[in-house]
Amino acid sequence: MSAQTPAAGKVPPTSIRGAAQRGVIARPGREAIESKGWLRAHKWLLLRRLSQFGILALFLVGPWFGAWLVKGNLSSSLTLGVLPLTDPFLIAQQLAAGHMPFREALIGGGIVLAFYLLFGGRLFCSWVCPVNLVTDAAAWLRRRLGLKGGKAPAGNTRYWLLGFVLIAAAASGSLAWEWVNPVSMFHRGLIFGFGLAWGIVGGIFFYDLLIAPRGWCGHLCPQGAFYGLLGRTAVMRVSAARRAACNDCMDCFAVCPEPQVIRPALKGVGQDHPLILDGDCTTCGRCVDVCGKDVFRITTRFNRSES
Amino acid sequence: MSDKDTRSPARAATTAAPVSRRRFLKDAAGVAGGAGLLALGAGLYARQASALPATAIRPPGALAEPDFLAACVRCGLCVRDCPYDTLKLAELGDGVATGTPYFEARKIPCEMCDDIPCVAACPTGALDRGLTDIGKAKMGLAVLIDQENCLNFLGLRCDVCYRVCPVIDKAITLERIHNPRSDRHAMLLPTVHSEYCTGCGKCEKSCVLPGESAIKVLPIKLAQGSKAEHYRRGWEEKKAAGESLIGEQVELPVRGLEGKAYGDTRVRPGEGPAADAVPDYKPSARPGGVDSGWKP
Repeated sequence: MSAQTPAAGKVPPTSIRGAAQRGVIARPGREAIESKGWLRAHKWLLLRRLSQFGILALFLVGPWFGAWLVKGNLSSSLTLGVLPLTDPFLIAQQLAAGHMPFREALIGGGIVLAFYLLFGGRLFCSWVCPVNLVTDAAAWLRRRLGLKGGKAPAGNTRYWLLGFVLIAAAASGSLAWEWVNPVSMFHRGLIFGFGLAWGIVGGIFFYDLLIAPRGWCGHLCPQGAFYGLLGRTAVMRVSAARRAACNDCMDCFAVCPEPQVIRPALKGVGQDHPLILDGDCTTCGRCVDVCGKDVFRITTRFNRSES
Repeated sequence: MSDKDTRSPARAATTAAPVSRRRFLKDAAGVAGGAGLLALGAGLYARQASALPATAIRPPGALAEPDFLAACVRCGLCVRDCPYDTLKLAELGDGVATGTPYFEARKIPCEMCDDIPCVAACPTGALDRGLTDIGKAKMGLAVLIDQENCLNFLGLRCDVCYRVCPVIDKAITLERIHNPRSDRHAMLLPTVHSEYCTGCGKCEKSCVLPGESAIKVLPIKLAQGSKAEHYRRGWEEKKAAGESLIGEQVELPVRGLEGKAYGDTRVRPGEGPAADAVPDYKPSARPGGVDSGWKP
């Protein structure tokens, strides 16, 4: 991240770059809070948490209060007794393992697949997946404690892992990954009971906090990789539309779970338009929030305009 | 894999081509190795843990265990639609494949609903909808496993497992045999017939023994021996052919038992060969036989 273009303005003192110059712990987003107000500087974050907890609540009001809106879990569910939804990642594993699922699962998988193909594959990661709460917490704590360094595996490890997951399913004739998949395990645990699965969730938290920054969601998770592949053609995208106003404070890079996706759009590296088209972008909107200069916005992939 | 397409231009722009290629190969090897190890670990764990514990019974209509593990997405819809809270999803550490449904008969057995809601709820076919008659379910097979502590085997009339069996007189019958201990009573032995037993586990649940049950539902693979296909059962062959396949046999008379049916060797006191027919034979001082003289 050596974006050394002439700054469009003075670098704020609490930003990543400003704090690095002064040798203190950075508080990314502080400038945005001052210029936009706390609420607008947390708009997408709040909406995202609302979505994550809301979806979880839909699953939990049944077992907790007997109001059965949604039965099942993220792997497969039935809403209001009519709408089947199934995780296409699981259907892919099933097909690899040699099992042709029933019509309900295929229809449910098709609906989910169509949604993410259309709107953005990794919307799942940032707006639905409960593990995001864990890894976001780890990333937040990491920033607050000023922990630097760490050893994260290469970002494409997840795609290799995705390949091996499917091969393992085919070779073993079973959903081998689902024995250990922390994503489905965490969600299922919240609804049906955990057992020792807390250990795996805790493991991810401490791995992200102490060993690899954004290690799980950003480098390893094959389910995220699967949705990343789905998101390559998706319509909803983040655009650095006002990139001319960027003052190189680097706050967006600090909060972004996939910081490598920003540079092409923000600095025009290898592309002209300001759209973030990389499938790894989770469209979480955190960059929109923390930018004091309102550089980013969430728009469609057809909107290549700059303002 | 495919994300390198989008990133390699950026990388190629910053580094010289040979270095970039060498680095890519090194990275790819490391990444592939690491990911392979992780997947291998998951696969090995899955394989080691796929041996289902004997007390964990799958829901009705479950495919054979290897197929089941390919089909079940661990969504828990069968658990939700079970009206008796029989089914539960395995948690990590339970010894059953994480997230798959099972029940333990001694805790809550299957109540054998007519409409089989768990099967209807399954979206993937891990529970086979071909099962429409719950009486045809084969969740497991009951085995009267402890003949030392079963009260009926001790000569008492407990009969509880027989009474609660939803397929009473077919899946469990009481077989009457002579009680050799008292020598004057009968024992009514609960006997499971695999043709009718669904493996619901109500017998195991209701066994009156304080801790472990004397009758247990086990996976069929554990509970049943293989059929001796090479052994032709004479009585079945005879029935099928309408006559004995080896022809009528010569029936030799048994001395002292003339007048009894062929093969009937039961004797009452005073019956049988006369004492003086056998030299040096002395009848036992203690009377035996059917009337042992035993008084409570």
